[in-house]
Amino acid sequence: MYTDPRVVDFVKHNFVPVRAHVKDDKDAFKKLGDRFDAHWTPTTLVVDSNGTERHRIEGFLPVDDFLSQLALGAAKAAFARQDYATAERLYREVVEKYPSTDAAPEAQYWTGVSRYRVTSDAGALKETATAFSNRYQESSWAKKASVWQ
Amino acid sequence: MPNEISWSHDFDSSLQSAGNKLILLDFSAAPM
Repeated sequence: MYTDPRVVDFVKHNFVPVRAHVKDDKDAFKKLGDRFDAHWTPTTLVVDSNGTERHRIEGFLPVDDFLSQLALGAAKAAFARQDYATAERLYREVVEKYPSTDAAPEAQYWTGVSRYRVTSDAGALKETATAFSNRYQESSWAKKASVWQ
Repeated sequence: MPNEISWSHDFDSSLQSAGNKLILLDFSAAPM
């Protein structure tokens, strides 16, 4: 995954990359593994500047799926720091750039929530519920959004 | 190398110097 040019670019632009290797950094792997309850490889965490985990990717993923998860993690971090305008933009990018990934329906849900946080307009939630009637109908996120109809 | 990720191996130092950037923490078994 980390040899793909798109992944390299995304990581360089959005993250400070830190690696704990199971064999070559045994002490760090154990220490950080205990700290973050990560005991399998590959496990990839998006951690904010407070040291709080905001997103977790466990297991291998193809490039588009991996990129979508990294982008989802960045969006979650923005939402957690209550920067809802940025979160909305980042969630929307996940849906637009990686529409066929598992991250997309989750991002569509949280795009609506972030929009609602920015505007205090419940119409944003209703529009999101309507969007789920057109796309990702079978996802668990569609069920969660159905209450907004 | 422009097309490689330069990995830090010191999480706490990276966290201190990260500013507002997010940390990508990779638990890996990939060949180094």
